[in-house]
Amino acid sequence: MIDIIETANKEALEIIQNGQPTLIGLGIAGEVIPGMAKDLFLHAGPPITWEKMSGPLKGGVMAGLMYEGLASTPEEAAEYAASGKLRFDPCHHHDAVGPMAGIVTSRMPVWIIENKAYGNRAYCTLNEGLGKVLRMGAYGPEVIKHLQWMERVLYPVLKETIEIHGPIDLKIMIAQAVQMGDEVHNRNKAATSLLIREIAPSILKTSFSNEDKIAVLEFLNSNDHTFLNLSMPAAKATLEPAGKVKHSTIVYTMARNGTEFGIRVAGLGKRWFTAPAEIIDGLYFPGFSMEDANPDVGDSCITETLGIGGFSMATAPAIVQFVGGTPKDAVRYTTSMYEITTEESRAYKLPPMNFRGSPTGIDIRKVIETQVLPVINTGIAHKEAGVGQVGAGIVHPPMACFEQALEAFVNLLEDEGLLED
Amino acid sequence: MSLNDLFKQELKVVNLGLKSFHNDLKSQGVTVVQVNWKPKAGGKKNMLNLLSKLNKVKQS
Repeated sequence: MIDIIETANKEALEIIQNGQPTLIGLGIAGEVIPGMAKDLFLHAGPPITWEKMSGPLKGGVMAGLMYEGLASTPEEAAEYAASGKLRFDPCHHHDAVGPMAGIVTSRMPVWIIENKAYGNRAYCTLNEGLGKVLRMGAYGPEVIKHLQWMERVLYPVLKETIEIHGPIDLKIMIAQAVQMGDEVHNRNKAATSLLIREIAPSILKTSFSNEDKIAVLEFLNSNDHTFLNLSMPAAKATLEPAGKVKHSTIVYTMARNGTEFGIRVAGLGKRWFTAPAEIIDGLYFPGFSMEDANPDVGDSCITETLGIGGFSMATAPAIVQFVGGTPKDAVRYTTSMYEITTEESRAYKLPPMNFRGSPTGIDIRKVIETQVLPVINTGIAHKEAGVGQVGAGIVHPPMACFEQALEAFVNLLEDEGLLED
Repeated sequence: MSLNDLFKQELKVVNLGLKSFHNDLKSQGVTVVQVNWKPKAGGKKNMLNLLSKLNKVKQS
């Protein structure tokens, strides 16, 4: 005999282990994301109002408004955003995820991922590359111009490419990448290379001009983070069905909006447990310091929720040059994540850990009992709108999120009469 | 072996708890390992209480 929590967690883990995230195509957000509308902007993390948004989120919203043609200057955009004409909702409420600010507007092209084992879908915008980009809160003319190029050239070429190629099994691609030095959150060099190798012949077979094909291949090749916007929805599509398992203490969402960090626990449904987001300990670009940093932001820690990203840092020793620390620290991070997880991934095997599967299935009870917090590696955005990325580093969720969730979980079981006197 | 005999040998120490004990010994050249240990739930009574309630959950 085992208790109802163990039974529920076993079911949730089986769902996560069996997930089959598959790239099936591309579409326009307003046409494919459930509930998407012209007056709705999606953002990273738990729910938040314009007034409480941090710099990078506000900057991303302003860029989105100019991209949508709803404002022509940053001042007009800020006024529009504050006017109440625009609605805001988390990406996570619409089967989507977004890196950093995570702003999704109706015109934006998105990847479409389907979990073939359970039929659910997840969506994510295409990665913009590094430098001045919307996801880091930049909104200058070059940001908007690049987004327009992505819509006009990158999107149609990639859409036709995937139609020619057919679906791509992302689980296998991620499994290969984690054996090639990626953890597919802040290091996506191998995964991006694997993707390009897979789709390059199909890009050449599309009906577009050589100039466009070359521009697309050069852009994909210039941006190691191309695959991040596939690893994230792959993780989201894998975890989402587990979020419906009653009485499970497994975390199926971790996300930050730049002001608050939020988690969601399977047995507690769609309820968010939030606390102020932390400042990141990391390496800053020349001329910047912790003083310039915005608190933790982005949906990208959905990778850690699945057990890749920071949880699998041991397999990506080169990443410490980007986020700080030593390869020994990377092994220590991964080792400690087995303390708070339930199983080892059957798919994502880590060579430096003697091919142990990545630590999978964060259990809120274990986090509270051991006081070991999930480890997340992340980019750092400037706290002011319009500046962009200033570094990268390591961060943790606030313990308060897990404490609130545990209390709510015990209250739920008490209310349902499931605790013995 | 008496306690005094023990201290006449080379010390190899495993330290649990305050890391300053580990650091002091290390600064004196003693071989010492710090165990990364924390009391359950960080010793927080309300959290310990919640965890103990979950030990009484009904069987499936």
